[in-house]
Amino acid sequence: MSISADSARSGVPAAPGTGDRPAGVDGRAGRARKRHRRTPYLFLLPALALELFVHFGPMLAGVVMSCLKLTQYQLAQWWAAPWAGLGNYRVVLDLDQPVGASLFKSFLITAAVTVIVVATAWTLGVAGAVSLQRMKRGRGLLRTLFLVPYALPVFAAVITWRFLLQRDNGMLNHVLVDQLGLLPGNAFYLIGPNSFWSLCVVEIWREWPFAFLMIMAALQSIPDELYEASSMDGAGPWRQLRRITLPMIAPVNQVLILVLALRTFRDFETPYVLFGGSAPDQARLISLEIYQNSFLTFNFGLGSAMSVLLLLFLMLVTGGYLAVTRRRTSLDA
Amino acid sequence: MDWGKGMSARWRGAAAGFAAVALVMAGAACAGGSDAGDKTAVLTYWASQQSPSVQHDKEILEPELRKFTAQTGVRVELEVIPFTELLNKILTATTSGQGPDVLNIGNTWSPSLQATGALVGWDPAMMDKLGGAGRFESAALQTTGADGATPVAVPLYNKVYQLYYNKKLFREAGVSAPPATWDDFVTTAQKLTKDTDGDGKPDQWGLAVRGQAATVASHYAYILGSGLGAQYFAGGKPTFDSPAAVAGIERYLSWMGKDKIVNPSDAENADWADVYEAFAGNKAAMMLVQTLGQTLKDYKLTDQNYGVAPMPSNAAAGGRDIGSFVGGTNISIFKSADNLSGAVDLVKFLTSAPEQTVLNAAYGTIPAVKDATGPAFETPEMKIARDTIANRAIPMPRVPQETQFETLLGKDVVGWLAATATGQQPDAAQISAGLKAAAGKVSAGG
Repeated sequence: MSISADSARSGVPAAPGTGDRPAGVDGRAGRARKRHRRTPYLFLLPALALELFVHFGPMLAGVVMSCLKLTQYQLAQWWAAPWAGLGNYRVVLDLDQPVGASLFKSFLITAAVTVIVVATAWTLGVAGAVSLQRMKRGRGLLRTLFLVPYALPVFAAVITWRFLLQRDNGMLNHVLVDQLGLLPGNAFYLIGPNSFWSLCVVEIWREWPFAFLMIMAALQSIPDELYEASSMDGAGPWRQLRRITLPMIAPVNQVLILVLALRTFRDFETPYVLFGGSAPDQARLISLEIYQNSFLTFNFGLGSAMSVLLLLFLMLVTGGYLAVTRRRTSLDA
Repeated sequence: MDWGKGMSARWRGAAAGFAAVALVMAGAACAGGSDAGDKTAVLTYWASQQSPSVQHDKEILEPELRKFTAQTGVRVELEVIPFTELLNKILTATTSGQGPDVLNIGNTWSPSLQATGALVGWDPAMMDKLGGAGRFESAALQTTGADGATPVAVPLYNKVYQLYYNKKLFREAGVSAPPATWDDFVTTAQKLTKDTDGDGKPDQWGLAVRGQAATVASHYAYILGSGLGAQYFAGGKPTFDSPAAVAGIERYLSWMGKDKIVNPSDAENADWADVYEAFAGNKAAMMLVQTLGQTLKDYKLTDQNYGVAPMPSNAAAGGRDIGSFVGGTNISIFKSADNLSGAVDLVKFLTSAPEQTVLNAAYGTIPAVKDATGPAFETPEMKIARDTIANRAIPMPRVPQETQFETLLGKDVVGWLAATATGQQPDAAQISAGLKAAAGKVSAGG
């Protein structure tokens, strides 16, 4: 998203016909230009209207719901539910009470999962894309192979992981315990402390092809001459990576990391399918917590308050992230 | 800066919990004036999935509904919905007011859905249209709404927990009869837990459980706790952490922990299929499941292979003889139904003695009415089931917070069983503290 901002600043040619136009035609051309300027907005209008309806509508409804005492009693006439003001927020943010405490715990778990997944998926993506860049043979095949996790339907992919990770019949224990004898006995991966790492691994497996794809596309735009010139000057692959590749793909990275983080932070399907609907405490992501608080316990006001807080948090993080990274890139430039 | 795109991604995420409901709200405003011709000639019916596949359910129901159309001239549009999706769909329909005319509900949801005010009440005059409340099993009638309020549902199919045992494993272990009390149950199960391949680790277990399912965990906790005298609500306020409730949960956890009659791996079982497979593969000798009917046929088992017994009872002093809660499916009418008398006719048809006989026989469930008879209900399994529902079954708590109770209690018990599986069975104090916190969450809901 900031690509367009950067390219605008770095001087995409300004609108044609500014300055050196003979006087006299200016009247009609000016009007035409004005109309011309309005056209893109006209084209955007339907999308904007739909955007308002599809995204702003539910969001506003959510904000309103978060200030209502909305449970099954009021559901059929939700608009008549009693006003709770900030009451729901007080419950959600009170860390000494069970609701707030378990929300905060799932928030910390989600944050940890996000950091681990984004860091690993990005590193794998860079490694994969850079090594494929130099490859002559088998590149297409490997590229397809790497993209498989991204193309598989979530349910099919994650349920397969569930089978792999089962304690008695899973392949992982079969290999680690029966074949290699690395562990003394069958370990649990779907419950208990290991479930956190299982979730991380599956998330990384699902997310890294996306990083790979984006970085691979970014690498195409780096001219080969840069590498040729630098290798003449005696730069090795490691130095090339640090001095050429990474700086050149920095704008893509900026977006990529943000998107990866947002996707992981609000992921619902992976833990839901992996743990068969009831995630262990150690791997309960915040989206599951919200789902449970609104749909399973019929407390829509509370669930909405949690969603709004999540929205605010993600907006804050995103805004801060963009501000910091934009300042850095402009300083670098 | 392309804000639109970035923001929309975030909003989608943040709105995930309530977007569906909110969208329908917006949609409802637009759809208010729609007119689809003569609505009275068509009824929409959401049936719950009662057999292993949606398709199979349709094959059972469609011929019967055609009979209804032939009798009344009213066509029925059938949609079969798996239980996992049914509650969400009902809530969405409730919010929008755009639901089906007639629908099945899980019977334990009745008090919670009653509180929404979206379902038609079944007062004595309405029940008379079905032949009177006296036709129905009295325990089943207790699942149709909150205590003391006008019911909002009619019992349709019922189930109770029963003990299923593997005859071959019982024979091999020299056990002649299924256990009658819970103490008996543990000693019997210990005899049936053994190491058959000589590697020093047991590979045949006394009992198999579906450990990762919150619903089942809450059922066990409720049945065992109630048997010891636990009351989970007092005057509408949650009282989850009574010593009897804690003791009931401890009993369940001990099966895997102290008693070692359950494979710790069962803590990962998310589906009944995992339990049936262990049972059919002679890896587990017993299972405590709701009335199965034909289900085990899919595993190539007949009554030569397995037997059915009532749930064990409580020998402890101060306890009650409770074998099960009243499980099953009820049928309700949405207040938004255009053709109320047609909808009542459909409920009357489905609860009539001939249809109850056909449908319950097909699904392997217990008829909700006493006047449904036939060879299908004369099997040992059905005789025990009908005896249990008549004499040893209680409804789940009849309060509007029932779904919260089931969800929160179930989630905690699943977590404790997982801890037990990894060798850390929680003690009474930990369980009590957890139950107190769960009760706090119900109160926060208000």
